[in-house]
Amino acid sequence: MEYVRPKALGEALDALAAFDDPTPLAGGTDLMVEVNLNHRRPDVVVSLRSLDELRRWDDTWIGAGVTFARLEGADDPALAQLARTVGSPQIRAAATLGGNLGTASPAADSLPFLAAADAHVVLKSTAGERRLRWDEFFVGPKQTVRRPDELIVGVELPSRPERQAFAKVGVRQAMVISMVSCCVLRDPSGPTRVALGSVGPTVLRATDAEEVASQAARLTDTDLDEFQRRVSAEVRPITDHRSTAEYRRHAAGVVARRALERCLR
Amino acid sequence: MIVQLTVNGEDRHAEVAGWESLLWVLREQLGLTGTKGACEQGECGSCSVILDGEVVCSCLVMAADADGADVTTVEGLGTPEDLHPVQEAFVAEGAVQCGYCTPGLVVAAAHLLETNRRPEPDQIREALSGNLCRCTGYGAVLRAIEAAREAM
Amino acid sequence: MSVETRHRIRGGVGESVTRPDGVPKVCGAFQYLDDLRADGMLWAATRRATVARGRIVALDVGTASAMPGVHDVITFADVPGRPYQGQIVPDQPVLCDGEIRHWGEAIAVVAADDPETARLAAEAITVDVEELEPVVDVERALELGDVFRHFPVRRGDPEARGDVVVEGFYEMGTQDQAPLGTEAGLAVPDGHGGVDLWGPSQWTHVDHEQLVACLGLRPEELRVHISGLGGAFGAREDLTLQTHIALLALRTGRPVKQHYDRADSFAAHVKRHAARMWYRHEADRDGRLVKVEARMILDGGAYQMTSQAVIANAATFAVGPYRCPNTFVDAYVVRTNHPPAGAMRGFGTNQACFAAESQMDRLAAELGIDPLELRLRNALEPGDALATTGQVVTEPLPTSEVIRSVAALPLPDDEPGDDPLRLPGGTGLTTPPDRVVRGVGYAVGIKNLAFSEGFDDYAEARVTLTADGAEVHTAAIEVGQGMVTVLIQIARSALGIENVEVVFDDTSKIGSAGSSSASRQTQMAGGAVLRAAEAARSAALALAGGDDLDDLGVWRDGELVMTLAELAERGPISEWVRFRHPETEEPDENGQGRLHVDFSVAAHRAVVDVDPELGLVRVVQIDIAQDVGRVINPVQLRGQIEGGIAQGMGWAIMEELVFRDDGTVANPTFTDYLLPTILDMPPVEAVLVEQPGTWGPFGAKGMAELPTVSVTPAVVAAIRDATGKALRRVPVRPEDIVFGDG
Repeated sequence: MEYVRPKALGEALDALAAFDDPTPLAGGTDLMVEVNLNHRRPDVVVSLRSLDELRRWDDTWIGAGVTFARLEGADDPALAQLARTVGSPQIRAAATLGGNLGTASPAADSLPFLAAADAHVVLKSTAGERRLRWDEFFVGPKQTVRRPDELIVGVELPSRPERQAFAKVGVRQAMVISMVSCCVLRDPSGPTRVALGSVGPTVLRATDAEEVASQAARLTDTDLDEFQRRVSAEVRPITDHRSTAEYRRHAAGVVARRALERCLR
Repeated sequence: MIVQLTVNGEDRHAEVAGWESLLWVLREQLGLTGTKGACEQGECGSCSVILDGEVVCSCLVMAADADGADVTTVEGLGTPEDLHPVQEAFVAEGAVQCGYCTPGLVVAAAHLLETNRRPEPDQIREALSGNLCRCTGYGAVLRAIEAAREAM
Repeated sequence: MSVETRHRIRGGVGESVTRPDGVPKVCGAFQYLDDLRADGMLWAATRRATVARGRIVALDVGTASAMPGVHDVITFADVPGRPYQGQIVPDQPVLCDGEIRHWGEAIAVVAADDPETARLAAEAITVDVEELEPVVDVERALELGDVFRHFPVRRGDPEARGDVVVEGFYEMGTQDQAPLGTEAGLAVPDGHGGVDLWGPSQWTHVDHEQLVACLGLRPEELRVHISGLGGAFGAREDLTLQTHIALLALRTGRPVKQHYDRADSFAAHVKRHAARMWYRHEADRDGRLVKVEARMILDGGAYQMTSQAVIANAATFAVGPYRCPNTFVDAYVVRTNHPPAGAMRGFGTNQACFAAESQMDRLAAELGIDPLELRLRNALEPGDALATTGQVVTEPLPTSEVIRSVAALPLPDDEPGDDPLRLPGGTGLTTPPDRVVRGVGYAVGIKNLAFSEGFDDYAEARVTLTADGAEVHTAAIEVGQGMVTVLIQIARSALGIENVEVVFDDTSKIGSAGSSSASRQTQMAGGAVLRAAEAARSAALALAGGDDLDDLGVWRDGELVMTLAELAERGPISEWVRFRHPETEEPDENGQGRLHVDFSVAAHRAVVDVDPELGLVRVVQIDIAQDVGRVINPVQLRGQIEGGIAQGMGWAIMEELVFRDDGTVANPTFTDYLLPTILDMPPVEAVLVEQPGTWGPFGAKGMAELPTVSVTPAVVAAIRDATGKALRRVPVRPEDIVFGDG
């Protein structure tokens, strides 16, 4: 196995361009599972360990190398809340936002927040930079449009309301893969965005439900009922060993409504 | 490739293909079998070590990527003659049964008490939520860490 | 007890002595099976079936064998002796015999220079399989007549009728022991055609018996050694990798090591039986049971393993710890194409307990009687006959007392706050406090102690006085439960000597101690050690003409008359004992007889907070009152109780090995087979009811299984109390709470 540990971003991009099928390595918490389960033996690993550029984080930018342990301290409430549910403390110490994006599991905990925030994923390569809205980036379960020579360098966060809520349904009190996850961002004047994970091939936005919630600064119980109904109608869950489609559909509506209620409080 | 590490304060090196885990290097190459592997997926915490100041699952650290790192394993915390307060409390409170999860728990607990001297019970529980134990039901583990907190 | 020492021994029976392996374990110095090494050793890797049933039409190991670094590949044809193993009925092929009968069945094993080469070679083996329709439904297996054992109970009047009848179906999913240490082993050829083996075992002598038959060795050519185990809980009662690595070591002349990964482990060791049960309880207006009928079908999986003994427990504890004059049970354990089921903590009583206790709650509701009062009215006490076998209870059995004791414990009085760690859904922030409903549930369990049905159940031990203390020799296995400490404490109290060491002998050095299972080693290995220690003390006193013994030597009238070193020189004093418990009987054709030697009971109370709209549960507190005879080590006993509760609670709300319709396993990983974390485990209050038994050391009774048995129904009862849902299936899933029938 070839292993390179570039000292700067440019070097990393050169390395990604130089090799056939290079594997970028950040926290390793997804890649090493595949290695340990013997599903994968990478030929070339490009380590991102020394790239401080990827650890930059401010109000409008989260570098791909920021760990979930750091994100637990985020000012964005939903971001802090989701970070606390990622794996175990050991996982959060190593796992990065960029890894979550790159693996693109339908259950990835960060994606509902990024989708609700209309984040853009920024990819770089020696050929230049691509800036893709989240829904242009994720194309299927564990599928993105990232080319092998490209590196996820971070996400751009547009301005977003302070009223935020994240919720994740699992049968264990911690360290569990979500059966449903949900993020709601709400402007006090009404505009509302809701995104859900584990209920479709990729993270999805419940736009019909957003419409109901966005119509007014004050929402009635009837509005909330309708919001919940629409979320359940919009999700596209499947049945697997973790849960049933019927339950996920139901739970998506319930947690989305509760997340919205938290934003209204 | 050759991987150079500082393990429990000593310079060590190992020859690896590269994709192997740090856990493998510690156990099979460096003979430090105190660190255990039980799930290969970062779900059980048995392989916890302190890597450059953070508790991580050594099964999820690629050996090549650990090159140059500082690693503390359970063997580096204390010895039978000079136990770490967490180790002493685990023995005294009955927090050890089969003991397979114990090294990981001891490492995670020692690191917690290093970084937070006065953790509340719920903080202890959340900090250890990544360490599975199948024998004790965790009651004695919690009592042991509370006892170690008082002793430290 | 007859033992009286002049001085009060330190660290004897009744004290919380710390375990001798505790310090090495916290330092990472304790040797587990996967830590064993030998010079020049090879690594083994297993090729497994990926379908539940099929016929192997082509098996070619040529490519694998030719790979550089590969030393040997074995398949069914290479097994030199009896190619089938199994401790009751040898029906499990050592390696797949041409027909694949379950997902994960071992087909071939490779020995190579390193694990990666071994794995690649195992993958390079060509296995062409013609898939066959698997049997995955227990009713279908019953229709096909594929029954490992039918255990009938016919007692009393089949025409008897009660005033009130409740009837129900119950179902339980498959639980895995999921010990943290996966299977590992080392086999070292002795250079004379024999082999030394270290493998995952709860009973080395029964492993030895099977292994010599399969390997075609004379008994003296194989020595099975004891090494550190990362937990057991029943999973090590049957052979997994032992036969394979021993055979590879014999064939290659090299030491062979194997260490299963988690998927291998899920594939290879036995599971707790999934169950489908139908029950009808009839009672009079006062709630006294008039008749209980049950039909139970347990999923035995592909091979027999210990299923025959498991079904006897399920059948004979079908009613629970209650009197009932008329009992009719048909309990079946059937063959399917699921991975084999076998022993797990509770051994068949758990399934019966869940159904029977669920029925008792329904009966109480039907009658309008408090559920605890109903249980007290029917409580089985000494002098009563077991409802199923008719066996009269002759030993202490404080059923009413455990029920009253657990009910008397204070209930938690906290209000759900907004700390997510104390709400259903945990850090997932799913549940606001105003959506939480609290529930309380009770269940009572009964379990037999040691082996039943006329089995010649014995344990050997040897106690040897040395120049500075005493050695206890045993083949009883420390699986983590703390038996080693208990044996030391018993030996200390019996000898009067504090410096006691336990030596775990291999199969060539001492006879069987029986299995570390069935809640039996405190009484069985402990019983043998007690008697050997008493004999050693008597022999020492006689030899030196003294009246007391301690770590210095033999004393007479307060003066030291002979040191231990002198005794060891004059002696040596070494006393061997084979201890048997009182005899049991095989059942007659109606399941009647004195099948069990002894019983123990426990009562659990579970308090849960439920979010009914999402179906999420947080267990708030679990309390237990348990009949333990006499406490040998309070800290260890509490550890067994808390650990047992965690396992039974796990089964109630999260643990299930999920089978797809094609019989394959969907979740053989710790990502998806969920074990309770420290955040899932509630505080536990335990009341220890001490009514010393007549045959255990110092009155102690085995206790390690019951904490697991009745907690499962108690948790489910609490969820029912909170939600009003019927919840007839375990584990209770969120969708069962949300969509289930009331």
